[in-house]
Parts: sequence; C-alpha cells; structure tokens
Amino acid sequence: MNLLLLILTPLLTAVAVLLMRNATQVRWVSFIGAAVQLVLAFALFFAFRNERMAGNTAEMLFQIQYNWFPAWHISFHLGVDGISIAMILLTAFVVIAGVLVSWNVEKMTKEFYFLLILLSLGAYGFFISLDLFILFFFLEIAVIPKYLLIGIWGSGKKEYSANKLALMLMGGSALVLVGLLGIYFNAPEKTFDLLTLSKSYIPAEVQQICFPLLFVGFGVFTALFPFHTWVPDGHSSAPTAGSMFLAGISMKLGGYGCLRVATYILHDAAKDYSTIIIVLSVIAILYGAFATMMQKDLKYINAYSSVSHCGFVLLGIGMMTKTSMTGAVMQMVSHGLMTALFFAVIGMIYERTHTRQVNEMGGLLKRMPFIGTVLFIVGLCSLGLPGLSGFVAEMTVFMGSWERPDTFSRVATILSCLSLVVTAVYILRAITKTAMGPLKEQFATLTDARWNEKLAAIILVVGIIAIGTAPFWLNDLINPATEIIKQHLMIPTPID
Amino acid sequence: MPNATYIALIPLLPLAGFIMLGIFGRKYFKNTSGIIGTTLLLVSTGLALYTAYGYFFEYGKVDGVYQKLVPLKYTWLEFSQGVSIDMGIIIDPISVMMLVVVTFVSLMVHIYSLGYMKGEERFPTYYAFLGLFTFSMLGLVVSSNIFQIYIFWELVGVSSFLLIGYYYDKPSAVAACKKAFIVTRFADVGFLIGILMLSFYSGTLDFNTLIATLTSPESNGYKTAAAASFMGVSALTWGLVLVFIGGAGKSAMFPLHIWLPDAMEGPTPVSALIHAATMVVAGVFLVARLFPVFAISSPGALSIVGYVGAVSAMIAAVIACTQTDIKRVLAYSTMSQIGYMMFALGVSKYGGEEGLGYTASMFHLFTHAMFKALLFLGAGAVIHFIHSNEMKDMGGLRKYLPITHITFLIACLAIAGVPPFAGFFSKEEILLAAYQHNPTIYWIALITSGLTAFYMFRLYFSIFWNKDASPSPQGEGRGEVHHGEGGFAMMMPLVLLALGAAAAGFIPFGHFVSSDGKALESEFHLQFSILPVALGLAGIFTAMLLYKKQNDKPDKIAASLSGLYKAAYHKFYIDEVYLFITQKIIFNLIGRPAAWFDKNVVDGLVNLTGNTTLKISEGIKRIQSGKVQQYAIYFLAGVIGLALLFIYVWK
Repeated sequence: MNLLLLILTPLLTAVAVLLMRNATQVRWVSFIGAAVQLVLAFALFFAFRNERMAGNTAEMLFQIQYNWFPAWHISFHLGVDGISIAMILLTAFVVIAGVLVSWNVEKMTKEFYFLLILLSLGAYGFFISLDLFILFFFLEIAVIPKYLLIGIWGSGKKEYSANKLALMLMGGSALVLVGLLGIYFNAPEKTFDLLTLSKSYIPAEVQQICFPLLFVGFGVFTALFPFHTWVPDGHSSAPTAGSMFLAGISMKLGGYGCLRVATYILHDAAKDYSTIIIVLSVIAILYGAFATMMQKDLKYINAYSSVSHCGFVLLGIGMMTKTSMTGAVMQMVSHGLMTALFFAVIGMIYERTHTRQVNEMGGLLKRMPFIGTVLFIVGLCSLGLPGLSGFVAEMTVFMGSWERPDTFSRVATILSCLSLVVTAVYILRAITKTAMGPLKEQFATLTDARWNEKLAAIILVVGIIAIGTAPFWLNDLINPATEIIKQHLMIPTPID
Repeated sequence: MPNATYIALIPLLPLAGFIMLGIFGRKYFKNTSGIIGTTLLLVSTGLALYTAYGYFFEYGKVDGVYQKLVPLKYTWLEFSQGVSIDMGIIIDPISVMMLVVVTFVSLMVHIYSLGYMKGEERFPTYYAFLGLFTFSMLGLVVSSNIFQIYIFWELVGVSSFLLIGYYYDKPSAVAACKKAFIVTRFADVGFLIGILMLSFYSGTLDFNTLIATLTSPESNGYKTAAAASFMGVSALTWGLVLVFIGGAGKSAMFPLHIWLPDAMEGPTPVSALIHAATMVVAGVFLVARLFPVFAISSPGALSIVGYVGAVSAMIAAVIACTQTDIKRVLAYSTMSQIGYMMFALGVSKYGGEEGLGYTASMFHLFTHAMFKALLFLGAGAVIHFIHSNEMKDMGGLRKYLPITHITFLIACLAIAGVPPFAGFFSKEEILLAAYQHNPTIYWIALITSGLTAFYMFRLYFSIFWNKDASPSPQGEGRGEVHHGEGGFAMMMPLVLLALGAAAAGFIPFGHFVSSDGKALESEFHLQFSILPVALGLAGIFTAMLLYKKQNDKPDKIAASLSGLYKAAYHKFYIDEVYLFITQKIIFNLIGRPAAWFDKNVVDGLVNLTGNTTLKISEGIKRIQSGKVQQYAIYFLAGVIGLALLFIYVWK
C-alpha cells in the first residue's frame, strides 16, 4: 500500500474542488473525495493487519523515503504503525461526516470545501510523517485553514476567536519548532528522522529543555491546562464542520505529537516530567468537568467537556504504562468521533431552533426523533456508557494508571474517576433539557434530519458502536505500537 | 457441561428485540412490537427454565456440591497479561436462579404491558427499552468477570434511566430519571475504584480466579492486599467496601436510596420489573457473587453490609408508614425488603450451617421478586382504573377489581410473613440467621417485620376497603373511562405471580442455593416463628382498626406523633440534605468558581498577553514613522551611542 495515496487523494480533491463550477459539483466532488479517503483508510487498516498477521514485526510499515533537502538532512519519510492507522481511520470518519453536514453551506461553498479538504491533507500528512520536519510542515498546513474557516464562516465573536485560536496554536507550533531544532542540533547524528532519533542518545540537559517545549507546544493543541482557552471560544465560533474538524482532528494532532514526538524521542525527560503532566491532566479533567457544569450554550458545553476528555489523553500519556498509553490513543479516537458527532448534532439543532442555549430548548425529541436519539447516543457515549467508545477508552486509561502502585498515581486516578459523576451531571442536564420535557411552542414545526445529516450521523455512530462493542480490534492495533514506546520508557511495570 | 449456545441465547434474544424494535419499530412494527418482544422473551424464559432444570437436576451437582461452570468465555479487551475483560457466562446456583427470576418476571411484565401500555404513542420504543433492560440484567447475572458485571451494571442503569424517563414530556419524570442515573453513577465510581483495587491485588478480573486468590491466605495477592493498609483498614476491606458502595447505590440502600421513590415516575410495569424485582436486587447479587471474599477475608466489610442493610430496612419501613402515594409506599417497602436481603448476607458466614443467611437472602430475593412484582402490577391495575396514585382517591375497590383484590391480598400476606405464603418462609430464615449471629440486627429486623405488616395492610385497606371511591369520571389523558380490570393480558400475570407468591415458599431452597454449593437442610422452628408471626398479625390488626373503615383515628395518631410523623413523611429530610450538598456546595463552591476562574483568570491572562502585545506594538509602531529625518536622528544617536560605548566601556 502506497502511503502517498493518502496525501495525493486530498490534494487532487482540493484541486478538483477549485475547478468545479457550481456548489453542487463542489459538494459531490468533496463527498467522493472523502469517500475515497475512507476506503483508503480501511484498505490501509486491512493491509496493515495482514502484514502484522503475516509476521511483519517492523516498527513502521509501508515506509517510503525520498531525499528532500539533504543539506539539512530532511527527507520525505513516511510510514505507519498502529497508532497512525487509528488516527487515519478517525480522520477519514470525521472528514466524510464533516463534508456531509456542510451540505447546506451556501456562502463561498468552493472555498469552504477547499479548506476542509486542505485540513484533512495536513492531518493525514502529519499522522504518517516519520521525519520531524515534514511532520511540522503538515502541522502548519492543518492550522491555517482553521483560522479562515472560523474567521469567514463562523458566528458570534468570530474574529476574536479566530485570532485567539490561530495565535495560540501558532504559539504552540513555535514551541514545537524550537524543540525540534533543539533536538536536531544536539543529537549525535544531525537528522530529523524520527526512528533514528528515537534510537540515539540525546544528552540529558537537552532533553530537559526540549521536552517541555515539545510537550507544551503539542499540548496547546490538545487543550493542556492552562493553555486550553482557545478551545471554548474557537469551537463555539466555528461553523459546524469547523468544530468537528477542530475537535475531531486538530486536537488529536497534539495528543499524537505528545506521544509520538515528545515522549517517544525524549523518553528520559518524559519520565522526569511525568508528575507534572499527571497533575496538569488531572486538573484539566476535573476543572474542565466542573466548568462544563456551569455552561449554558451547547457548544460551550461540548468544548469544555473536550477539555475534560482530552485530559484523559494526557493522563494516559503521563502515566506511561503500556495500557495507559493504549488508553490514551483509544481516547483520542473515541473522543474524536464522539465530539465530531456531538458538534454535528448541535449544528443540526442550531440550524432548526436558531439557539444553542439549553434553557431555551425543550422537548425536541418529539419533533426530531432522529436528531434527539443521536443526541442521546452521543451524550451517553460522552458520559462513558459501556457499549459506546468512551467507556472503553476511559477504562483502559484507568486500568493502565492503576498499574502504577505509588500513592500519587493512585490519588490522581481516583480523582479522575470522580469526573465520571460530574460528566454524568452536565451531560444529562444538557440532553434532558434539550430533548426532553414539554415541547416549546415555537418548535412545533421543526423537521427532522435530512439524508445528508442522517448519513453523517450514522457513519459516526457506527464508529462509536464498533469501538464500544468490539474494542479488541482497536486494542490489538494500538498495543504493539505503545509496547515499543513503553520499552523506550523502560519504567518497570509493577509486578505483583 | 451445558451447551453454551442456548444459554447465550437467553440474553441475546431480548437484545435482538431491542435492536430490531429500536431501529425499525416506529416504522414497521407500530402495533406488533409488543407481540414480538413478548415472543422473544417467552423463548428466553423457556431456555432459562430448561437451563435451570438441567443445572439443578442433571449436570450441576458433582459429589454433592453445585459447581461453578463457565461454559463460555471470550476475551473482549485485554489490558495486560492475565488482566482482561472477558465476556462470559458463569453458571452456578445463584446465576441460574436469577436467570429464572429475571426472565419470568420480565415475561410477566411484557405480557402485562400489552394491556397496560396499549395505545401509547411510543409503544415500540417501550418494548425496545424493555428488551434492552432484560438483556442487560441477564448479562449481569451471568457475568463471569468483575468488569463484565460492571459493564452490564451500567447498562441496566441506563435502561432504568430511559424507562423512568419514558414519559419524557413530564418534567417530574425527567428529573427523576436524571436523579436515578446520577445517584447510582456516584455509587458506581466507588464500585469502579473497588474493581481497580481488587484486580490489582488479585492480578485478574475473572471472578473465579479473583475469589480463589483473595480467599486463600497463602496467595501473594491476599498477603499484599491484607498487609497494605490505609487509615488502619486493609486494602482488601477498602476494595470490598467500595464495591459494596456500588451495590448499595443500585440497591437503594441508605443513604443512597433517594433515587428509588422518585423512580416511580416510570410506567408502573417498569417499576415492577426494574425497581422491585430485578435491577434493585443487583447489589445483593453482587455481594452474593463476591460472598466468599467478604465472608472469609474481610468480616469487617461484611458487617458493614449487615448494618447498612438493617438500618435501611428499618428507616424505609418507618417512611413507608406515612407515604400516601401507593407506588411510593411500595418503593420504600422494596428498599426495606432489600435491606433484609443485605443484612441476611451481612450476618452470614461461609459454608455449612453457618451459611444460612446466604441461603435465606437468596431465598428472600426469589420470593420477593414474586410478591413485589405482583404488588406493583396490582397497583398498576388500580392506577389504571382510578387514574391516580394517591391513596385518598381510593377506597372500596374490592367490588370493582375482584381479581386484583385477591391477588393483592395474597401478596400482602406474603410480604407480611403470614404462613404459609412465600414471604413467611424466606423471612423466617433471615430472622433465624440474624438471631443466631447478631442480636442487634435481629431486633431491628423483628420490629421492621411488624411495621411491614402494618404499612402493607394500611395500603391494602385504604385501596380496597375504607370509603367507597367511585371510579373517576374523567379519564384524563387516556380518552375513555375504564370500567373493569383491564383485559386478559393484565390479569394473567397477576394470577401467575400470585401462585408464585403463595407457593414459592415450599421450595426447599437450601437444597439448591447455599454459600458453598452443598445442600443446606433448613429446619423449621415452630417456637421461633411465634414471635415474628404474632408481630405481623398485630401489625395487620392495627392497620385494620385504623384503615378498614373511614375514620379520623389515623389523623389523630399522626397528630400525636407530630414530630416523628412529620420527619418520616418528609423522608427524614435526606433529599433536602442532598439538594443542599449538590446545589449549594458543589454548584456554588466548585462549579461556579471553576467557570469564573476560567473565564477571568486563565482566559484573562491570555487576553492580557494579546492586549499587551498590541499595546507594545502600538508603541513601537511610532518609531517606524517613515520620516527620513527621524531615521537620521536615530541613526546619529546610534552612532554616538556606539562610539561612546567603544571609547569608555571597551577601551
């Protein structure tokens, strides 16, 4: 399987979108492009499984390497392991759903879809890069469209939000760049190659400086406390598909970077900083949950709950056991699907009721059984109901965290378990106020979801249920990859 | 070994019903969904009975001991070597008994609902949810893995949530379903942490291995768990107590019971199934499942179970005497009876004659399922007829509802412990077990049994005797006025359950279910039974004096007991305490400050950075004015400055 396909497909789609004449053509071209992406992602997944089953134990499969800029030792090096595949699948799901829910965007349709596709290009490139410079390059590609998506198609205080988001993410990228250069110049062999770097010795002092730069830099993307404030404003101002991409894909770039770049390459420093990471993630989990409880706008509710849920990603990485890191990756996938769906539903509701305030809604289930049901499913997924993806991911993080027998980790785990209750409180409040209760008069004529919305929702619900009811395939996919990272970290697993 | 396929079908058939009716019900099975759900469950019930027959009479017993069989086990999610969530089926006396109870009561409720819920707009959804619940509950009882039980535990919780909120346009129902979910969720966090602790020490999530490890003093897991301590209590006890908190939440034990009375907002058949017969006993089942660990390794944790059970039984009985909503009386009565099951486990020991409490608890669970489901379904028939839940709207209904009246009376006699009805046998066993092991609990239980007889017959006389309440002329919401008891669909379950409530006591339960799997000969002690039965009869007579004819004695008594009566009527203000903690403390002292802090401090810093940068650049902007003369002056100043620097500083 040639990994270049994953970059070429969105690229060609983007070009094709620009060539189209009217909005209908643009939509269908984007949809076909997204469908091809989904097919490719599955093809890659099965090809990967077959390779692994055939006994190919190489760390990265399907590698491609072209020399790109030899003077700086930059090569166009691509390759995938289980973590990348999981993220690619997630991206493909979110992209097709995002394309579908944007069917009604009338303002500058062509540009809108172009940016969406461009964003997916950045994400795929990021997840398959094995060269840090290329990885950074794709990271930037994924940032810029977001600014425009919010600034042009957004709502509310969109300029403020767009600026804030772009500046904070750019700030994060700047830290990442400094960190990467620090590694490049201090590694024994000057290179940007991820696999080479992970195996070479990087001096401890360099690690001590570069790790926080990289971790915080990537952490900004994934709502690391206290760098999370772009999340609520950014999400709530973005157009529906923008929020979906932002929460479903962009925030995962950060988590992936924290794990694949910061923790994997700078493993010695990672161990030293693990305490701080755990403290910050527990704060994010609880603080995000409590802050959500007070929100009244559906988008703010989901955005703040993303802070809390992404805390589990960071907690899983910070705990640094194999199981907890697997849980972190699962949580990325699960949260990606779940928030994308949540934002999609919020978008559908907003389009009909013209409000996102929970207090102004009520009884929507009666007029919109499909949307209401999906809202229930996604809400229950968010509060960790077994059978849906959130449960599997969170439990894996908890089980992994509990493997560390020291009191500090125990307390951290127990505190984060408590968020389950708070999550139940705010989620139930949101969904019961929106969907249940007496139907308000002004909503008596609302209509249920259209075909494109239904299809988008069903695609994401299938993903959530597939993980929730049969988590073993995802677990088997991710485990070998986190096992390798774990071996790098070499924290002895407590044996009892 | 039994054939795993058909046992697996028992839970899977209702699941199939859920999926089919949930997705296609609204469109294609608008009217037939009830029949579909009921038929699937009928097959399940048949399979469950077949399994029970096979297990108890054919292959279950080896050398006089009932075995724990695991005919099916499938790794669902592996965390690390040996630690994995498995989806499996465990077949042992309690799981087989529960299979029968759950499928049978569920079947009765399915049939009953055909009549009771007829004409509801969301009829298919109702049956879909019933299927989901039945699937989850059956999955729970056959769980072979402690995490599997947690998974189904959450699923029954959500089915309960969905069914309580079935009338979702009623704000009280919405509030009730939310409350039920959140309170049990809170308890479930305890359960989860308990699981983490137990699995850490035993190195497994599998029930059989876990129990074996934690009950053998030689095993490493047991040693470390018993040695590690926190606040002077061993880690093992902590783990078990935390697991029990989960059980207490689901089983509505004091002080986590506040959701159960509100849960009565759900349709009455649902209350019968979920909030009386099956889901609420899940906590008892959980303690029974882990009973060897409790009894052998941590008597401390077990005695907590006992006292929580006894206190709940007593408090609930007192509150039940004052409530006027008939479903709420039944809800408190359920809580009280579950308290009996809990403390029966709490006073029990493991193995042999000492394990009487265990057998008694399971026996009571079994009989209680029959008579409590019957009481709720009977109450449903009454509500269906009179369109009100309030006792004051009822009276003299024996003339209008003869079948309901007789079956309700049987259930009341059973719960009051009048021989030879089912409740008598199981309750006697519980009292005997308590008498032998813990006198305090025995006396609490004895007083409670008198109260039970009193409040049940208060209910009975108020509904069926007392003043003559003619059926309400306005059939609100249902369009027509009912004159009659509902059809065959509603009466058949009543009759079948009444047969169970009357006769289930004669089953030699100890032969089948005991703490160690060996048969337990339960002896009948006539002289021991005199006191409880006399108390029960006294309760019945008091109720008869006060409530058989309309009079003002009850009000007078209530007035003379003003403080106690008021406190009990207001459920001892426990709800208010919770409300205070959640609204005042959690919302105002944690939630609000967190949101404020985020908006003003954290985000404020971000904005401050932004604004400062803006201001600085505003300042710097002026330097680049584009005026050549100005640049020349800067240039000159720079040259002079550098020159001075070179001359004086660097020399």
